[in-house]
Amino acid sequence: MKLHEYQAKDLLRKYGVPVPDGFAAHSVDEAVTAAEKLGGNFWVVKAQVHAGGRGKGRFKEVASTDVLEKVVKGVPVDGKGGVQLCRSIDDVRAAAACMIGNTLVTKQTGLDGVTVKTVLVTTGADIATELYAAVLLDRETSQVLIMASAEGGTEIEEVAEHNPDAIKKVRVDPVTGLGAWQARQVAYGLGCTGKAARGVAKILMGLYRTYMAIDASMLEINPLIITSEGEAIALDAKVSIDSNALFRQKEIASWHDPSEEDPYEVEANKYQLNFIKLDGTIGCMVNGAGLAMATMDIIQYYGASPANFLDVGGGAKTHQVKAALEIISKDPNVKAILINIFGGIMKCDVIAEGVIAAVKEVGLELPLVVRLAGTNVDLGKKLLDDSGLAITSATNLADAAEKAVAAVNA
Amino acid sequence: MAVLVDSNTRLICQGITGGAGSFHSEQMLAYGTNLVAGVTPGKGGQVFNGSIPIFNTVAEAVAETQANATVIFVPPPFAADAICEAADAGISLIVTITEGIPVNDMVRAWRYIQDKGCRMIGPNCPGIITPGQCKIGIMPGHIHKPGRIGVVSRSGTLTYEAVGQLSAIGLGQSTCIGIGGDPIIGTNHTDALKLFNDDPDTDAVIMIGEIGGSAEEAACAWAKENMTKPIIGFIAGATAPPGRRMGHAGAIISGGKGTAEAKFQAMEDAGVHVVRSPADMGAKVLEVLGG
Repeated sequence: MKLHEYQAKDLLRKYGVPVPDGFAAHSVDEAVTAAEKLGGNFWVVKAQVHAGGRGKGRFKEVASTDVLEKVVKGVPVDGKGGVQLCRSIDDVRAAAACMIGNTLVTKQTGLDGVTVKTVLVTTGADIATELYAAVLLDRETSQVLIMASAEGGTEIEEVAEHNPDAIKKVRVDPVTGLGAWQARQVAYGLGCTGKAARGVAKILMGLYRTYMAIDASMLEINPLIITSEGEAIALDAKVSIDSNALFRQKEIASWHDPSEEDPYEVEANKYQLNFIKLDGTIGCMVNGAGLAMATMDIIQYYGASPANFLDVGGGAKTHQVKAALEIISKDPNVKAILINIFGGIMKCDVIAEGVIAAVKEVGLELPLVVRLAGTNVDLGKKLLDDSGLAITSATNLADAAEKAVAAVNA
Repeated sequence: MAVLVDSNTRLICQGITGGAGSFHSEQMLAYGTNLVAGVTPGKGGQVFNGSIPIFNTVAEAVAETQANATVIFVPPPFAADAICEAADAGISLIVTITEGIPVNDMVRAWRYIQDKGCRMIGPNCPGIITPGQCKIGIMPGHIHKPGRIGVVSRSGTLTYEAVGQLSAIGLGQSTCIGIGGDPIIGTNHTDALKLFNDDPDTDAVIMIGEIGGSAEEAACAWAKENMTKPIIGFIAGATAPPGRRMGHAGAIISGGKGTAEAKFQAMEDAGVHVVRSPADMGAKVLEVLGG
């Protein structure tokens, strides 16, 4: 689960990481009040959306299609984006008005963009140096990894590509936690000295503390800045929470904002279905994540493309199967549906019952290819055959894919 | 003698009184697995299925029954604790079926079991089976046949698919290991390939990977130098969009890393017999062994 920047910064502040003062605002008036409360004469207004590339993003309501197409391709364009520097209260008002309620298109959102509902108004910072810091899981060693780079403001993948020596890494033994010596090693390794080095090391300790306390799966500070006075501050924050740990992170779980997610996926989540929307023509319903991916792959192998990833899970009930079929058939791109179930925990007759109920209740008119294998397969096939419904049954995976592809090409 | 488990394996089930634990314990018993005890804290002294004693702790179960393997069905909030308990009790093979264990819990449990002399399979896996001898996990036993092909996979049902294809053309399996779909797992592809390479009863291995991480690449690098038996390989997720978690917690392409194409490439570089269609796994084994 992704957090918004203002939520992430509230958490970082709580665990002792210095971040700029700021307030979230949901209207232009709130943004102005926030700026007045912060005082000073330099503010930054930042659109609160999960997608990255906000500063270089542009608003759909004002930018031309040509400009938006460039934004999506990562080509620099003129105009105002989702991060604006403001030197007066009027600037703050204008920035908030430009963002709130409008649709931000960034390199990561695609041309559809996302609606900005909230902005973060923060005090502006005087930046002398930009660094990068992140805490994440290192899958190769099964340990938490602290990664930092002297090239802040740039995507870490890019740095890894052109200047890998700028990246410093330490791995954390969960028994001892991050050692202060490790944090110092990274800070000095980045070329920091004196007060800045102490500040960076302290931030790294705070980031690890936050990461563990909130069950993060990724915590990225880009940039981590040093001011001209040598203060180290986390200027931006991107945080994802391990969804397996949400049961014990109840407050964070309550912040979940489905408005940036695909509506089909939100609907599927209500039924505990693992669903990802894609843009092909064959809807898939499969049990097990690996087989679901393999089913998508074999559809492509036979020359069509999958409309979705859908894992109905190990113990799917009839109502889930029905919900899954309803969600798939709502997608106007879908021209045929392929159901592929290898029953292990899941019994084929249960699937068959769900399919029959759904087809009848939804009044499904799309071609439907069903491949069942495993536990109670004969019982399942008999139920389908006796149902009197127009269901094409397939004998194996290749046969299923060929029949589904033939149905969309018909 | 196959790999890791056989008819001499003495298994306990942690979480035997839960819904999944009791259902699959019955299934494992029906398959002929030597299930010697169960563990559920607070239910010690009770009996499962008429004859299987239940203990409060793994240590007691091991002391009373000389168990050497465990299968864990404990719910996610308590599963990492169950893993540590099994390791501490001297269990040598820990098979963790539970899906949804918090990653930070696994970081700690993984570290804890490193010097305990045990091997873990999973978590978030279907388990391990040596057909005709010992089934530990949730796979449908009847699709398997005893034989000489090893199978290793991160997925559950995709493993069944491979097994189904093998059995359908008359090729049995020595052992099938579902290593699990999480980012932190106990036994990885490399470990499994080493076991099969050393097993005199395995002639060839089907290796099934998926997007995310770099464990398949590491296994291919090892295989290129060391593997003496043919590997037939498939990677799931060629059509998966980057940045999205495809069901399994570990199945995600991030920062351009962990793509199916990179893994297929690593397989080809290592001389693995790659199939691009998941329907061709069984047939490819036959072709490789026949030719």
